[in-house]
Amino acid sequence: MRAHYGKVTAAFAISALALTGCSAGGDSSGGGAEAAPCEASEGPVELNFTTWVPGMDQVVELWNEENPDIQVTVQTGPNGNSGTYQNFFNQIQAGNAPDLGQIEYDALPNFRVQDGLENIAECAGVTEAADQFVDWTWGQTTFGEEGSVYAIPQDSGPMAMYYRADLFEEAGIEVPTTWEEYAVAAEQIKAEGAYITNFPKTDVNWFAGMVWQNGGQWFANDGESWDVNLTGPESEEVATYWQDLLSEDLVSTLPSFSDEWNASFNEGQQWTWVSAVWGATTLSDGAPDTAGKWAVAPMPQWEAGGETAGNWGGSSTAVLKGSEHPAEAAQFALWLNTDPEALALANELGGLYPAAKSATELEAFAGGVEFYDGQQIYDVFAEASANVDPNFTWGPTMTQTYTDVSDGFGAAIGGSGTLLDALSEGQQQTVDALTAQSIPVQE
Amino acid sequence: MTAAPATASKRPRGGGPRPPREDTARGPRQSIMSRSAAMLIMGVFTLYFLTPIWWLLTTSTKTGGEITSTAPLWFTANSFGTFFNNLGRLFTYNDGLFGRWLLNSAIYAGIGALLGTVIAAMCGYALAKYEFKGREAIFNIVLSGVLVPATALALPLFLIFSQANLTNTMWAVFLPSLVSPFGVYLARIYAAASVPGELLEAARLDGSGEVRTFFTVSTRLMAPALVTIFLFQFVAIWNNFFLPLIMLRDQVLFPVTLGLYAWNSQISQIPELRSLVLVGALVSIVPLIIAFLALQRFWSSGLGAGGVK
Repeated sequence: MRAHYGKVTAAFAISALALTGCSAGGDSSGGGAEAAPCEASEGPVELNFTTWVPGMDQVVELWNEENPDIQVTVQTGPNGNSGTYQNFFNQIQAGNAPDLGQIEYDALPNFRVQDGLENIAECAGVTEAADQFVDWTWGQTTFGEEGSVYAIPQDSGPMAMYYRADLFEEAGIEVPTTWEEYAVAAEQIKAEGAYITNFPKTDVNWFAGMVWQNGGQWFANDGESWDVNLTGPESEEVATYWQDLLSEDLVSTLPSFSDEWNASFNEGQQWTWVSAVWGATTLSDGAPDTAGKWAVAPMPQWEAGGETAGNWGGSSTAVLKGSEHPAEAAQFALWLNTDPEALALANELGGLYPAAKSATELEAFAGGVEFYDGQQIYDVFAEASANVDPNFTWGPTMTQTYTDVSDGFGAAIGGSGTLLDALSEGQQQTVDALTAQSIPVQE
Repeated sequence: MTAAPATASKRPRGGGPRPPREDTARGPRQSIMSRSAAMLIMGVFTLYFLTPIWWLLTTSTKTGGEITSTAPLWFTANSFGTFFNNLGRLFTYNDGLFGRWLLNSAIYAGIGALLGTVIAAMCGYALAKYEFKGREAIFNIVLSGVLVPATALALPLFLIFSQANLTNTMWAVFLPSLVSPFGVYLARIYAAASVPGELLEAARLDGSGEVRTFFTVSTRLMAPALVTIFLFQFVAIWNNFFLPLIMLRDQVLFPVTLGLYAWNSQISQIPELRSLVLVGALVSIVPLIIAFLALQRFWSSGLGAGGVK
């Protein structure tokens, strides 16, 4: 698959060059920077919506029954980075993209830079909806630009710490609340013959979540150009911290979500997992023998008494460039991501944790969860969600950044270089990639 | 081999006269060493290729939880029941979508390979049996098509099909599958060797038209090559992944490869898909195995003919 991938990204690099003046935001000559007037179409409208959330067709069924004049057809593909994003770019170029598409937050800037999104700020009800969503998710869809909204937040992945309550208690080890305590616990757990956690070398977005929690910023855009900073003091602190754990062999390095990885959790080799809200089902499915033994606590903190949290994953519903009915598309996207019935069904069938603030009122997130010994784990995540830094910005070439940093992480685990070296290397590669696509970068 | 003297390389390769005592009824005598080494190497390769399939077989008889918690290469106590349960879920999940994917694959690969074979056979036959200007140039261009990977053509094809408003239709996958440069090459080689010019002359004298001669006389003589081309095309289309990935948006049109891939990419959200993907992968290779076993006889003779000429 990787081979295919390379070819396609190369093709996009070329198409990006073809799109002149593709700087993000603030560029009055570039298309789409100004919100176009958004008028409702006359007569019945048909919309296409491409997503990879399982069961979304049934959620849309609810909409179609209530809105005979705006009929939405759901098309399902592989998840974004596995092919759907490439398809979107191809289709936007060919002028036959679907009206609506699911796009993860870390891919939105890429679509924005390549002018693949409709600005729906002028569409009815869109800007008014801002306070219905968790602050940071809304920030992801506006890029901080005045009078711009490029997508409606769909779901999010606030992070917390899953831990084996039973093992910690048996061994008499305190459940860590700071990263310092976490490192101490790691040594104690190693002495018990297990690992405190697994370092996921390929999940660079997980690592970004860690930096995010620490108040770091990898990218910034002042409207003129991009500032790339993968090696700021916050990133450095996180990288050094995990490098120490790796060097002392206190964390395992299994490929994430593999059978091996599942088995390791199932057999009690892993005592904690700092992960997103959607990890709850990953865990209960991958480690069925450990039911009732897990609990959830807030992420360990860099400063004692802190309350910061990171985020890992989440996506939005965007109106893609070329849609003939942006008003209706925006209307549907708003309904999809705020209507209680739709949110409940999307959670039940697709496992989504909504970006809408009203998520806390949903029945699905109210009670205790059996796998976690009846703990009301979603309360922990709701709190984490409120504590995610709203200003974190993703870069326009995240797949490239992820690949390069992940390669460096792999090398560091193999003993050549460190995690920090991997970030410096990723920084350079990212700047090169942006320059190659004629995207202005601050030196 | 290792014991051969350095001067051996000066002898014409394989063509030199051998001392008569080496020629027995069963061909050149081989030492037990080299024979068992060959067997060992073949054994290792067989194991290498069959182990994943064996794993697929055993794993599709397990529930989602058992995949990680039981021995990977052996069955569990209730494997039989679980296997049929998995199969049942596979064909009922999402309103039996998997069955639709299998049907799509069968249409793309079956009809595509059949028509593709006819086109390749006609083209190769014409190149072999008719003298016309530019014949070699055409043949060379077709041959160079063998060198271009289908993956590289997918994106340009997408843009072309977009112009014709044919993306996200069955045609988008079906039409590009009809051409097979390798098939044309094989058909030409085989037609040149197996269809005598005299026979065609005789047919012409008897008043048979060219098209009729082709279908009634030549195709029969070319049958082994045609089966080979068909099998090649069938496997290529069945396993084609990138073209449908780019062309199709509507999952009702997916072939089974793309469908399984889409499911596989959703495992982190819907973990129960894991066992469906595995049992689905097993089911998806069954038609290929059947096609191979049924057409194996023709296949190997056709390949051999192509290789010698």
